[in-house]
Amino acid sequence: MRDTLTSLRYRYWPDHLLGEILSKRWTETAIPVILLLIVGFALSRSIDHFLSPSSLADTARQAGEIGFIGLGMALVVIVGGIDLSVGSIFALTDFCALYLLDVLNWPVPAVVVATLICGALLGAVNGVLIGYLRLRAFITTLITLIIYRSAFDLLIQRYSNSIAAAFPDIPSWNFIGGGDVFGIPSVAIVYIAIAIFGHIFMTRLRPGWHITAIGGSRRSAYNSGIPVRRTIALCYVASGVLTSIAALFFAARLGTVGGDIGVGLEVIVLTATVLGGITLGGGKGSVAKSLVGVLIVLLITNGLTTLNARGGINRMALAGILLVAAMVDIRWQKNRTRIISKVYVAPTYHALPPPPATEIGQGGPFEQNDKLRDVELIGLGRIEAPEDVILDRNNNLYAGSRHGDIIRFHAPDYQRMEVFAHIGGQPLGMAFDRQDNLYVCIGGMGLYRITPDGTVEKATDETNRSMHSVNDDSRLRLADDLDITDDGLIFFSEATVRYEMDEWPIDGLEARGNGRIICYDTKTGATHTALRGLKFPNGICVASDGVSILFAETFGCSIKRLWFAGPKKGQVEVVMDNLPGYPDNINLASDGNYWLALVGMRSPSLDLAWKMPGFRRRMAKRVPVDEWLFPNINTGCVVKFNEQGKILESFWDLRGENHPMITSMREHRGYLYLGGIMNNRIGRYKLENADPNFVQYDKRWGKLS
Amino acid sequence: MKRLRFNQQEIVFAVFAVLFLAFSIFLRGFLTPENMLTLLQNVAVLGILGLAMAIVVIGRGIDISLIAALAVPPGLVLQMVQNGHSLPAALVTAVLLTIAFGLVNGWLIAYAEVPSLFATLATGLLLAGLGQAALFQLDVVQWSDGMKGFERLGQGTILGIPTSIVMFAIACVVVAFLLRQTRWGAYIYAIGDNPYAARVTGIPSRPIIVLQYVVAALIGCFAGLVMAASVNSMPTRIFNSTLIYDVILVVVLGGIGLSGGRGGVLNVIIGTLLIGTMLNGMTIMDISYAGQNLVKGVVLLLAVITDSFLNPRNEETAQQGDI
Repeated sequence: MRDTLTSLRYRYWPDHLLGEILSKRWTETAIPVILLLIVGFALSRSIDHFLSPSSLADTARQAGEIGFIGLGMALVVIVGGIDLSVGSIFALTDFCALYLLDVLNWPVPAVVVATLICGALLGAVNGVLIGYLRLRAFITTLITLIIYRSAFDLLIQRYSNSIAAAFPDIPSWNFIGGGDVFGIPSVAIVYIAIAIFGHIFMTRLRPGWHITAIGGSRRSAYNSGIPVRRTIALCYVASGVLTSIAALFFAARLGTVGGDIGVGLEVIVLTATVLGGITLGGGKGSVAKSLVGVLIVLLITNGLTTLNARGGINRMALAGILLVAAMVDIRWQKNRTRIISKVYVAPTYHALPPPPATEIGQGGPFEQNDKLRDVELIGLGRIEAPEDVILDRNNNLYAGSRHGDIIRFHAPDYQRMEVFAHIGGQPLGMAFDRQDNLYVCIGGMGLYRITPDGTVEKATDETNRSMHSVNDDSRLRLADDLDITDDGLIFFSEATVRYEMDEWPIDGLEARGNGRIICYDTKTGATHTALRGLKFPNGICVASDGVSILFAETFGCSIKRLWFAGPKKGQVEVVMDNLPGYPDNINLASDGNYWLALVGMRSPSLDLAWKMPGFRRRMAKRVPVDEWLFPNINTGCVVKFNEQGKILESFWDLRGENHPMITSMREHRGYLYLGGIMNNRIGRYKLENADPNFVQYDKRWGKLS
Repeated sequence: MKRLRFNQQEIVFAVFAVLFLAFSIFLRGFLTPENMLTLLQNVAVLGILGLAMAIVVIGRGIDISLIAALAVPPGLVLQMVQNGHSLPAALVTAVLLTIAFGLVNGWLIAYAEVPSLFATLATGLLLAGLGQAALFQLDVVQWSDGMKGFERLGQGTILGIPTSIVMFAIACVVVAFLLRQTRWGAYIYAIGDNPYAARVTGIPSRPIIVLQYVVAALIGCFAGLVMAASVNSMPTRIFNSTLIYDVILVVVLGGIGLSGGRGGVLNVIIGTLLIGTMLNGMTIMDISYAGQNLVKGVVLLLAVITDSFLNPRNEETAQQGDI
């Protein structure tokens, strides 16, 4: 009863999604966006006319103005600094624009240019101090905040009357302040243009990458030759310019210089920046985050003003939001990888009946023996990690190596070896097609083809993306083994879509159906997923009827058959289950039966743990990886079975000295060749009663004339 | 470098002496008993705040929220007495509020690892907003009859010395004792010098950091009480002023490097004297408030630049994101 409940809970509750969602980069933008939607919804409910066009246009104007300053702040925060002087720069450039326009009567274009230059100069002071003199950004901009503010106070004491007295009626100036195009305010249009440019600048252009690099690690950026000081200084200049743009629109809209213009603006903008998810300390951030943050803060402050909250409450709300956002951001950035690695492993319920006996004296087909003790060794110490071995028509032996090579041992004595082809990723399963092309599954890369002259070609490295998967499963992460049908379809297994090549045992810990079987059509070059939800599908072999394949599910401890053509097309049938070990590659035997490698034997502890997902999850969270309970892959055997699922014979190396682990085996001219992914050798075992002329590919594709 | 650092104290003291001498000679009304009293009284509050800031800066932090701690809890005392509560009850409430505030600051900085500048900027706003929104009826909280006798904390003289100066002296002695004679004072220096090394050697660095901010907030509250007693009211809008920059100025000019682990009470006294003289001289010269701020800002900037040359930031222990 309890087991049933556990099994139902783990079958239908998607534990694995949390880790996958958290490891997506868009989650960091998604959270502020969700917050924005909540705030917008709440305010539109509590305030009348909140979503009316005039109200929205008004919000857009304010958002545009603060948005410019937000972009500047985002830039300096990404580069690893902070700019508190924006409020004062805003006030000073606002004064500059109005003074030039109202008192000196300059033409509007000249006013615009002069104001931008003014902003650039004010920013340049910060830039020189922080970039070149390497002062602390916070304290420096705090000081320039006071200096600029007092300069502004001194200036308006003298000129506020003459500015207030002037009523310039210049169409272009009025357009800046209140004009719109098709109902979109002028400031919003300019903001959108600059935001799009800013996005391209930060994500596609070299200086933008430099800025992110400096924020990520100033010293590394310096060591890799980035002009750190100049870039930082220019970021503060840009912040000044962007602030002066905001001030221009503000000046044109209101046309006054009150004493409190821009007071506390830095806190609003800073709150927006942190709330949008731009990390304090630098290295992370985007234009979209800045915009979202500005919108949230603006909606909240405007909402509070509309609701007639006291000034103190407004202040507290801003400070509170700022603190919470900063705290969440800092904790998240610090613990992100740890959190993800803790929640990513999502074990599930996997119950197996007790395994058949293998001990000596118990009888049965799996009874241990010592037949493999006398295998000959090929390439001892000269090859590493031959996961699969294969022989061509000329009796040459091929094997993959950990270094990303296909190694060829020459017949007849297999002493001479050479690198047949270099691929780069670790070769796993291999198969020859009718034209003697060698198809290889490469872990982490996909399916590759090696022509007889050693040229490496990519066959496929992607399949159709499934709709319900959070992880991008269109790329092949762990192509494992393959076989080729008579019609030129290549069926290959992808062991897991959730883990990389080096983490494959963790998939066994999870025991979820993360794997799939993919079909590549050599005629059309198209790839599609044939079957998904398999527990680490591994070995694949086309069955004797030519319309089905046999495949092994390593952590399902079973062999299944999938019909890809004929009347039962698409159906899956269990051939054998409850194997005593973890099945790996399957290959043809000379007598029409099949060879199967068991890479490791089941153990009672893991069998029990597989029924206890909670236990495995706690283990993954609390214990370091190297102390986890993992599937045993140290001892295994080779068995022969027939298509009815009956085990005929088994071959063991009891002491594990000559051939410690077995992931694959090939029969060729009376011998069985053994490969193992942890081995430094290839085994060669003389079979009794085997056809001494059996060549797998002559049998499959017919003898060459 | 080491020689230079010791020189800074002497330079600042020399500057102070020259400034004082020049003001005495050229400014009419500077060297009068009344003005000296005003100067010292103004300086007293600034100096007490400087002590609070010094504790935090020595521990490689900064506390922007000191002015909130100065304004709000003492303002609360005045408000509560005005509303009819007894003085002891009001004082206890204010101290509890201050301790809670210090704990929040310390927790944010030590445990949540928010940069100290940033955390205290926000918490200061929070506390000031709380006072404005919930605690005070008017921006200036007036003295009431229930406070009778309490004004002696800031007014009058003890043995011929103005009381506020005595309070500053007491605060100096207490802080000097804490920093130099107690174990946790030594811990603060160790943490300021190299936080990682301090943690590795087994110093409970997080609780000590929390303690720093609690003590700083309490000293700030004490300064506020002295200030309120001397002017018989609590102008809570002082939070919006630039007083905090004066405090930073005191600490940095006095020679306590912002990178932490250096300096002591003597530096605060020297810095306080210099700033007090400067501000007082400017007031007598009738420089406008904005003009004074401008001068202060420029001096502070020069001080920070000098500080960055004399006490360069240790790049090895400067945290990524330490802005």
